[in-house]
Amino acid sequence: MTGEILLQTLLSGVLIGLIYALVAVGLTMIFGVMDIVNFAHGEFLMFGMYSSFWLFSLFALDPLITLPLTVLMLFALGLVVYQLVIKRIINAPPLSQIFATFGMMILFRGLAQFFWKPDFRTIENSYSSGKVVFAGLHFGLPQIIAGVGAILATGAVWWFINRTRLGAALEATAQDKDAAQLMGIPSQRMFALAWGIGAACAGVAGVLLSSFFPIFPEVGANFILIAFVVVALGGFGSVSGAFWAGIIVGVVEVVGGFLLGPEYKMAIVLSLFLLVLLVRPQGLMGRA
Amino acid sequence: MNMKTIRTIVATALVLTSGFWGSARAQEEIRIGAVYPLTGAAASTGLEMKNALELAADMINNGAKGINIPLAAGAGLPNLKNAKIKLIFADHQGNPQVGATETERLITQDKVAAVIGCYFSAVTVTASQVAERYGVPFLNPESSSATLTQRNFKWFFRTTPHDDLFVHNFFEFLKDVEAKKGVKPKRIALVNENTLWGTETNKLEERLGKELGYNIVEKIIYPAKSTQLTSEVQRLKASGADLIMQSSYLGDAILAMKTYKEQGFAPEAILANDAGFNDSEFLKTLGKDGNYVLSREVWALDLTSRNPLIKQVNDLYLQKYKVDFNGNSARSFTGLFVLADAINRAKSVDPEAVRKALSETNMPGSQLIMPWAGVKFDATGQNTLGSGIIVQVQDGKYVTVWPFALASKDLIWPMPGWDKR
Repeated sequence: MTGEILLQTLLSGVLIGLIYALVAVGLTMIFGVMDIVNFAHGEFLMFGMYSSFWLFSLFALDPLITLPLTVLMLFALGLVVYQLVIKRIINAPPLSQIFATFGMMILFRGLAQFFWKPDFRTIENSYSSGKVVFAGLHFGLPQIIAGVGAILATGAVWWFINRTRLGAALEATAQDKDAAQLMGIPSQRMFALAWGIGAACAGVAGVLLSSFFPIFPEVGANFILIAFVVVALGGFGSVSGAFWAGIIVGVVEVVGGFLLGPEYKMAIVLSLFLLVLLVRPQGLMGRA
Repeated sequence: MNMKTIRTIVATALVLTSGFWGSARAQEEIRIGAVYPLTGAAASTGLEMKNALELAADMINNGAKGINIPLAAGAGLPNLKNAKIKLIFADHQGNPQVGATETERLITQDKVAAVIGCYFSAVTVTASQVAERYGVPFLNPESSSATLTQRNFKWFFRTTPHDDLFVHNFFEFLKDVEAKKGVKPKRIALVNENTLWGTETNKLEERLGKELGYNIVEKIIYPAKSTQLTSEVQRLKASGADLIMQSSYLGDAILAMKTYKEQGFAPEAILANDAGFNDSEFLKTLGKDGNYVLSREVWALDLTSRNPLIKQVNDLYLQKYKVDFNGNSARSFTGLFVLADAINRAKSVDPEAVRKALSETNMPGSQLIMPWAGVKFDATGQNTLGSGIIVQVQDGKYVTVWPFALASKDLIWPMPGWDKR
């Protein structure tokens, strides 16, 4: 019985951890390329969820079918945000950058509440209440779909950065934008691309979450703190670091919460985080 | 004209006009500050309460035909030259600090005669401290943390029954169920969110449960706004609990129910402590998965069959806002009427006069849309005539199942497992 429960919590932790990883990948990408902390990242996730919700409730299209559309919209939103806001503050003091993205967070939440009301929404599609029972272990079908989706999306981003010319250009800009510029890589465009991909990652996470997590204007707040922890734990700017760190945080949260008491689950995660930072300040896979 | 002359003229003009507007306003409107969560996680609940207050103000100011509440004749407050009620809303975002500063702003800048709010117990604590310091009456219609009225405040009044009474109700209910159906929960688990309200309820349930000889096998306090509740549900499953008592706000309540279903966790009964489980969004979101949940309530739509006033007022609300009243909005509505009644009897907006009138409040139950014997405050500011009910979700509707004398439907116990629905 106990072994079964441990296995259950472990696997449930992995499933939620994969979502944390995907949210964090977008965040770490933006930070890695241009050293800007995006406080509005949770709101990209929220927009991804609402995009799924409206396409589902207005046109009865499943979130997975409309995923490409949502990704495109979020990619475009990332570009627009870059052009309108971020471009102007690239060389501003860090405090201005923080307040610019923090201000966007409040603005986006406000807009969502204004246009879509503060109501909690959910998507009830064909698989949203499905579940898989296997050897006494219970998993929600949407959680499994989300986990697989998160692996695919994170893998795609990793492949893009490590195996394509454009990805190499992005990586070059992240390492030294002036040198990259001298080699003929337009850093402005790379920055815009990082914002587009970053927002799109959060959008995919939003789509995957939308069939099992309630959708409301403040939903980003539930995920953003964890996403920051994952980014720092994995190493700023490291996609594979964010992936493993996401899983670790998910597992530690669920298993630790089960063993030591759910009231301490965030405390456990943050203690682990502090511990790792003491030993490896650059994070698990960050550059020293 | 030199600068000095201009300054003098401007200053004089300002003084004159402000004096003019000030005196004109004193006759026309009574300003009441309302501090509620209008943005943030509880914004949808906050909006319902705001709507309820606006309906109450509208009934006092413009009247409501055929509704037999003394102040609803549409003449404003008769004892203050038919002055109208003007609500000034402030948003506390669920944050105790913001609640305190907003209350201070309402008192010092908007010069409100009284403050009403704040739903969250944790915010009511800080907001009412500010009102106490400035000596402004504070009426609290919905916060149920028992400690609020144990502070010996002079300016604090609460119309709703508090958690102490609700928790007592839980155990009275269990005793009645045992007598009627012959079932007694053998293993009880407590599940609470980790802010003031949840932790206090948890303590109280544990104390009373032990005193009354119930076996409490698990105590879970989870962080509000969790992204997952798997570890919590695994602990519940491992504890073998047959009854859980739960205090959660809306987002967590929805997530908990979804996780119970996913993990196949079905105790004999879920006895919820209002809040998230009674929000209009709860059933809209969960649909039939919300069935069989029991919750303590202060109000239920099926009470309308016993009190025509409830139906009349609910119809007005429904017509205007397209949803029925619920326990939260009905209490906010009632709170404003109690406050308006006191100001009317005080015949002025002088804080001391209003405070005195509030302490002398004696409203009969027949003038209320609540299942209470009436409103009458004790020395701590607590309404002593309030009482609770227990509702159960049956076929997607909240129906009163306890006290058995008020019940409109029979209690369903135990609730069927998830795969047997």
